[in-house]
Amino acid sequence: MSAVSARRLADKELIVVPYRRVSVSALATNVVLILLGCFFLLPLLWMVFASVDANPDWAIKIPTPTLANFADVIGRADALSSFRSSLILAGTTTVLTTLLALLAAYPLSRMHIPFRRSFMLVILFASGLPVSMLVVPVYQMYVYLGWLDSLYTTALFLAASSLPFAIWLMKNFIDAVPLELEHAAAIDGASTFRILRQVVLPLTVPGIAVTAIYTFINAWGAFIIPFVLTYSPENQPGPVEIYNFMGSHGLFKFGDLAVFSLLFSLPVIVLYLFMSRYFSGAFNFGGAVK
Amino acid sequence: MAVAAGLGPRLDRERFQWSSLVMLSPALVLLGVLFVFPVLYACYLGFTNLALVGSRSRAYDFTGLDNITRMLGDYVFIKSSWLTIIFVVGSAIIGQTVLGMALAILLRNALVSVSAVIGSIVIVAWVLPEITVALVWYAFSQAGGTLSILLRQTDTNFLVAVPMLIVSLANLWRNVAFSMLVFSAGLRNLPTEVLEAAEVEGASVWRRYRLVIFPLLKPTIVTNLLLVTILNLSEFTLIYAMTQGGPGIETMTLPLYVYQEAFVFHQLGYGTAISLVLVLIGAVFSLLFVRASRSQV
Repeated sequence: MSAVSARRLADKELIVVPYRRVSVSALATNVVLILLGCFFLLPLLWMVFASVDANPDWAIKIPTPTLANFADVIGRADALSSFRSSLILAGTTTVLTTLLALLAAYPLSRMHIPFRRSFMLVILFASGLPVSMLVVPVYQMYVYLGWLDSLYTTALFLAASSLPFAIWLMKNFIDAVPLELEHAAAIDGASTFRILRQVVLPLTVPGIAVTAIYTFINAWGAFIIPFVLTYSPENQPGPVEIYNFMGSHGLFKFGDLAVFSLLFSLPVIVLYLFMSRYFSGAFNFGGAVK
Repeated sequence: MAVAAGLGPRLDRERFQWSSLVMLSPALVLLGVLFVFPVLYACYLGFTNLALVGSRSRAYDFTGLDNITRMLGDYVFIKSSWLTIIFVVGSAIIGQTVLGMALAILLRNALVSVSAVIGSIVIVAWVLPEITVALVWYAFSQAGGTLSILLRQTDTNFLVAVPMLIVSLANLWRNVAFSMLVFSAGLRNLPTEVLEAAEVEGASVWRRYRLVIFPLLKPTIVTNLLLVTILNLSEFTLIYAMTQGGPGIETMTLPLYVYQEAFVFHQLGYGTAISLVLVLIGAVFSLLFVRASRSQV
């Protein structure tokens, strides 16, 4: 081998540097990174190992393999009903938020709207408001309207609270669709709704997917809103159920708890993998807010 | 002028179209009813003595600045505010930003295979539902848990011994991927010529980072700091699921205190008033964010 090695500088560019200078720092870099990786891996490993262990404990240990924990959880009516509640809650929230965000983001991106810049700043500010501020007034409203303890009305509030960020995200995606295509369609006499349906919509599919998946992941993990707004056992979504299990010392076995949270986490991990293909550009905060 | 008036509306300027209002209205209605109204309602409720149960749940009064006066004499509120600041500064501003930057730099320079594996693990921690993070960290820090075995103190429940440190670490563990991704994108977008020039001129690694890379990344760092601050100020689920604010009130940050006052002690009015203080802190940071992003374009 020659006395040089290629090192990545930027994503696609390779530069050639003397071998000896790289090797010490390269070794240190990899070792430090692997040690940091262990800090992230260890807590996770507990969940994976405990889920297939016949005798799990709070510590990570080599499991005595069994699938009994999985069989236990799948046979539990409360575990199944919380999955159902989570699906209804997150599904309704996602459909509603994505649809309304798409409809609102198009005119905000394309049409002349007075005070648009101020409106977008208010939207951005609203997405930073803590839910703990809204939870008391919304609780009061729901008591007054008789809306407590329903998954659909709870989803309505979840949709309202996720809408500001969804609109902001969707607008940035529509901004990236070239205007010329729409001008051509408009000159050919297509109506606004027809342009939206036949020109913008197909080109915005990645943006819609990202917005929908992002909303779903958040709604799937939402805790305080369903915790306050629902109370029947059959309406408790996954996070509230796990919280209740954690509090009921001994009533729920470690292994079952690990299996339940593992199964509950899988959908969002799979969805994230789908989304990450489109999402890589979303972290460029170097420029200012348009 | 008279001629121009006869030609109808100008065509050289964009005009307001009614169809845009039709498309905006569903979102505006939902936001109006379940976002704007509750915000305004909260601003009113924060100055009342509304209770969850009892006579004051129906007949409550506007009590002016009573809730504010009560806050200033409430030692739990004072302690809670301090805990919130410790949590946000320690876990988010320092922890998340420093570790996020370190990870982004290491991922860029390590072997491709190592970067891919470690990067994915960090991101999985971020994608997991918060309640799952609370559970695995609860298990990790219990007496007899993995942490106690690593530190050879198997009798210590670290969630009781150093509760604030553990919830801050758990929060850092979960959220650092966000800063890591932001900084990775920032590093990727740096102009290659400048970096090459510095390297060719023989600048040491430390000098390259201190004098070239960090100054170029300043806008990204500022934006990251403020987003991370705002997101972490309202953290509730992770801390609540791990400790419920305890032991005692050792991890009772402001969002948890709002919940406790409103739904455990039934003081809806006072709870809302505390949440307004939280919003005020967030608003100060948001203004800083807008100013910082303007001054650096």
